[in-house]
Amino acid sequence: MTDEDEQKLVGIVLVSHSAAVADSVAELAKQLSGGGAAPVRAAGGTPDGGFGTSPELIAEAAQAVDRGAGVAVLADLGSAVLAVKALLAEGDELPEGTRLVDAPLVEGAVAAVVTASTGADVDAVLQAASEAYDYRKV
Amino acid sequence: MSSSEPAVDDVLDTPFFLRWLIAAAGSVDREAARLTDLDSAIGDADHGTNMQRGFAAVAEALEKEPPGSPGAALVLAGRQLISKVGGASGPLYGTLLRRAGKALGDAEQVTPRQLADALRAGVDAVAQLGGATPGDKTMLDALLPAVEALGAGAGSFPAAAEAAEKGALATVPMQARKGRASYLGERSVGHQDPGATSSALIIAALAEAAR
Repeated sequence: MTDEDEQKLVGIVLVSHSAAVADSVAELAKQLSGGGAAPVRAAGGTPDGGFGTSPELIAEAAQAVDRGAGVAVLADLGSAVLAVKALLAEGDELPEGTRLVDAPLVEGAVAAVVTASTGADVDAVLQAASEAYDYRKV
Repeated sequence: MSSSEPAVDDVLDTPFFLRWLIAAAGSVDREAARLTDLDSAIGDADHGTNMQRGFAAVAEALEKEPPGSPGAALVLAGRQLISKVGGASGPLYGTLLRRAGKALGDAEQVTPRQLADALRAGVDAVAQLGGATPGDKTMLDALLPAVEALGAGAGSFPAAAEAAEKGALATVPMQARKGRASYLGERSVGHQDPGATSSALIIAALAEAAR
């Protein structure tokens, strides 16, 4: 893969109320994707280290993983989802091509990172992450 | 109270909007402990501190970069709430004010009627963002009656404040169907919704600003 291809990978942002959860899921997804090349950033908790969600951290993370191919954002629940939706509604807070993924956080993150690392486009990454809902465990 | 009700041809200028937002910040600050108490019954006990932090940021931002129009004041305040609150109320209240501010555009003065229409647009955006409907035990249960009253009475702020307060009280017997409180099911019945309560404070601040 050339440098130019690498720059066009879809970025992944993982949002949780907990910094530890977001960081760990990011680490887990990278590990399970065989150290995939897709840029991944965690945006968990509040800037002062508490529990909650921070649109500031989310926007920062999205900028950091943006390679021009779009950014897929996965969130845990409640205000994390609302925060991403509100940022998207702003229009200018997140990089162009940023999308909120309708997927479970852990399973979706693994699917998203694996798929994004293959160089797939943002639609394919969203699709793969959403399909994690269909993976029944019982 | 009738002397504080604006006439149809009254105009609301930027200082009026600053008074409103500062009054809301003061009220949220004074009532923070009560909001957190309500939230500890059916939520995660952070609504008071979250709102206090958000509105303190609003007051600071208004002082640092004084907005030039009513719309700009609301957009600035909404932006602060979205980025500073740290709970679901941030994106929701932020969206309310931003959308209302955008609806007002850059007019230097607006009528109570225009404000009523703008707030209606903001409340609709909140409903869309959160997916709640009336009766779900959310801030909408205070905001919707308030914008109804505001629209019906050609901008009667005391009537809007009263409607919001009644709406907040009416959430007590409701069962929560949105947000964290909805996990409690029937156990959410019997508690006043913290979001509806803070909404009533913000609408009451409108009446305060008009005095």
